[in-house]
Amino acid sequence: MVLARSEVARARLGRPARGTAVRLGLMAVPLAFFALFFAYPVVAIVGRGLKDGGRWQLGRLGAVLSDPDILHVLWFTLWQAAASTGLTLLIALPGAYVFARFDFPGKQLLRAVVAVPFVLPTVVVGSAFLALVGRGGLLDDLWGVRLDTSVWAILLAHVFFNYAVVVRTVGGLWSQLDPRQEEAARVLGAGRFAAWRRVTLPALAPAVAAAALMVFLFTFTSFGVVQILGGPTFSTLEVEIYRQTAEFLDLPTAAVLTLIQFAAVLGLLAVHAWTVRRRESTLRLVDATHTARRPRGGVQWALLWGTLAVIAVLLVLPLAVLVERSFAGPDGYGLVFYRALRSAAAADSTFAVAPLDAVWNSLAYGAAATVIAVLVGGLAAVALTRPQLRTGPSRRTSMAGRFVSGFDALLMLPLGVSAVTVGFGFLITLDKPPLDLRGSWWLVPLAQALVGVPFVVRTMLPVLRAVDGRLREAAAVLGASPWRVWREVDLPMVRRALLIAAGFAFAVSLGEFGATVFIARPDHPTLPVAVARLLGRAGELNYGQAMALSTILMVVCAGALLALERIRTDHSGEF
Amino acid sequence: MSTTSRITAAALAAAAGMTALSACGTTGGGGGSADAKTVTLVSHDSFNASKSVLAAFEKASGYKVKVLKGGDAGKAVNQAILSKDNPQGDVFFGIDNTLLSRGLKAGIFSPYQAKGLDSVPADLQLDKDAHRVTPLDYGDICVNYDRAYFTQHKIAPPQTFDDLLKPQYKGLLVTENSAASSPGLAFQLGTVAKYGDAGWQDYWKKLKANGVEVVDSWEQAYNERFSGSAAGKGKGDKPLVVSYASSPPAEVMGKNPAPKEAPTGVATGTCFRQIEFGGLLKGAKNEKGGKELLDFLLSKQFQEDMPLQMFVNPARKDAKVPELFTKYGATIDKPTTLAPETISKNLEQWIKQWSSLVLK
Repeated sequence: MVLARSEVARARLGRPARGTAVRLGLMAVPLAFFALFFAYPVVAIVGRGLKDGGRWQLGRLGAVLSDPDILHVLWFTLWQAAASTGLTLLIALPGAYVFARFDFPGKQLLRAVVAVPFVLPTVVVGSAFLALVGRGGLLDDLWGVRLDTSVWAILLAHVFFNYAVVVRTVGGLWSQLDPRQEEAARVLGAGRFAAWRRVTLPALAPAVAAAALMVFLFTFTSFGVVQILGGPTFSTLEVEIYRQTAEFLDLPTAAVLTLIQFAAVLGLLAVHAWTVRRRESTLRLVDATHTARRPRGGVQWALLWGTLAVIAVLLVLPLAVLVERSFAGPDGYGLVFYRALRSAAAADSTFAVAPLDAVWNSLAYGAAATVIAVLVGGLAAVALTRPQLRTGPSRRTSMAGRFVSGFDALLMLPLGVSAVTVGFGFLITLDKPPLDLRGSWWLVPLAQALVGVPFVVRTMLPVLRAVDGRLREAAAVLGASPWRVWREVDLPMVRRALLIAAGFAFAVSLGEFGATVFIARPDHPTLPVAVARLLGRAGELNYGQAMALSTILMVVCAGALLALERIRTDHSGEF
Repeated sequence: MSTTSRITAAALAAAAGMTALSACGTTGGGGGSADAKTVTLVSHDSFNASKSVLAAFEKASGYKVKVLKGGDAGKAVNQAILSKDNPQGDVFFGIDNTLLSRGLKAGIFSPYQAKGLDSVPADLQLDKDAHRVTPLDYGDICVNYDRAYFTQHKIAPPQTFDDLLKPQYKGLLVTENSAASSPGLAFQLGTVAKYGDAGWQDYWKKLKANGVEVVDSWEQAYNERFSGSAAGKGKGDKPLVVSYASSPPAEVMGKNPAPKEAPTGVATGTCFRQIEFGGLLKGAKNEKGGKELLDFLLSKQFQEDMPLQMFVNPARKDAKVPELFTKYGATIDKPTTLAPETISKNLEQWIKQWSSLVLK
């Protein structure tokens, strides 16, 4: 084995140029995508803000940074994100374990259901949460407990939104870890916890870190949840950026705030890169369908029921409130609002959206965005895990290594940059042929894909990096072309992660609102846009229709994710 | 090759094809109305019209109308300002008197005197010398009240700003955050207009002492907190809310049989008038079509269609208002208002003062 590896190393050393060329080739598409649809618009709008009227406004930087109100906002943003991330991991990691290791009836459906919060407009979720924890809500009626306008409501809503991030990112890898390794450690005398801590935890660390990073970025840039549940006294940087840009058109202040948010996100990404790099290891991955089984013993059953209870209370209950409202017509339960949706669509008004049209628009945008995200994110992830030259200086210090880790971080940035910044950037940059996309159908899926790519990369990377490099080397020695190596070695391992990532990207696109509302063509409204339109009008009928459309959105999302799960299980035998 | 790899390969090929397609699609000049047969209207989310009315214009003029919406009113105006060197369309609809000055200062409009302007009352014509913008509709932001609550508690509902400070209305009012919501801001501007630069802060101190509650959005204030909105099924705990004078008719809409009076009423002494304007965008690619579209927006046909589509009042005095409005709506005789220049000059400072006064 040792002999074979050094041979491979020598063989590779003979043609390093080709490896670099392939890597650069793979990176070309993601790089171009990010340069054009992210870096260019954001730099342009921030630049316009900093250089107001031909003069640099760097004085603003000091003024904003020394404003105690802004510092307070920054502090609140950071700590609520840290607390939300901690709480989400605490609650969702047992869930990831349960989904990865146990078989139980309805598991697929439940896995799709926990992703539903992701697609719901925050206004809708906010009102569902208020119905539970707000004034006159369920908790108030039962025990006189009100959590609205408190930080607890914000934290719980963040758990609600991000539960699926942890379950999917961590669970995806966990279900492919060979349980026999942990069992071997136990046979050798390790206790249950020690075996888990020494064997499984290190293997999971990159996925846990990836999930934590995503949850942190999502909650760090939280907008609607904080506004609705926290009330006007709580504010995040994202909210401030939105107000300065969209309300006051104070681009200098918005630019400075964007830079602050940027710096915070970059710092976080640096910490993340450092912790992950130290823990990454190749793993023995197996087919997920062979690792899950029925729970055994009291502890496992308790864990399963505990997780189900948490999901029921924290995720299903708020969703159930919305469904209940969609059926609660003026004269008792019924289909009044659903019928109104149908008849309103036939009515002579550009306001009314036929629900089927909105479903179709959402699906079409979502599908296009998913294809873009999977293509861009997939290529990036593959490029980031291409076998490296392991001789000579360690790759952390090499130029190429730095470039790669920089690229890795760049892909996460869209999660840390405000949607309004990107949107206004689009407006002033993508305005000339051949890239006048402002009224184009493609603007929406492109913007949605920006948020989907980080998911794809983060879900695929831990799995790709866990693939034992010796398998690739063996295939290469046996004469396989790089494409064939990828197809025969990496793809089977990563297929599951790819589908999970695609599901994620799809859910994100389906629920995406910030970019979609931006120059959305009214002839192609998506479900969330249609919901928001209805909520913006007085009257029971409009509100009820908004709830009915939200319910349809949930069903569409769960259905699409279930369909993806089905693709996965249909082919599990090939592994 | 296994089935999955084939699927993956097919997906990748499809993706490559789609990307190529997108590149082609954009060369046709997606954004503006490059071809003379299209006229593009840029507006905010609330723009709405009957399909048949728009179709009638398309038939008469030979133009196809494309509508682009850019978020709420403020966001849409700011977008128009940012893209003024290369406008997204030909006509902008929906810049109101709180934002007008910002748009005029940025110079985003070309002068054009729309047909039918002589049918618009003079007090709506805020740019009557230059004709850069044309008044198209107006609406009032007022405190709405829940009739059932006040009947049940045997108190008269409040009518004026001063009334809201009285002890019998303590803790009953919910309003919106001025910094985040346009009805909230309009209500604050109403108090500025009423009590002046010297007195409005004092008014809000008293209002705060009388238990006014502030939430971030109209949706929350009206749908969740207001006890009079049917959407909240009476679970809301505030019988007074800052909303629109057209909200009571909206509450009745779709009710079968129609009630004798709307379940909610309007405190007519608390109203701030918002006037919405439209204008020809400077640099419009289809200027001729834009002018025709602007004429159409001020035509009787469009003006009479507006109330039920956007819940606003038509700017033309000769436009007939539907029965829903005349029967269930309130007539506001003396709304408060402020000159656009005054608003523009002080807006940011007022919002900041309001925030530190009311939210902290």
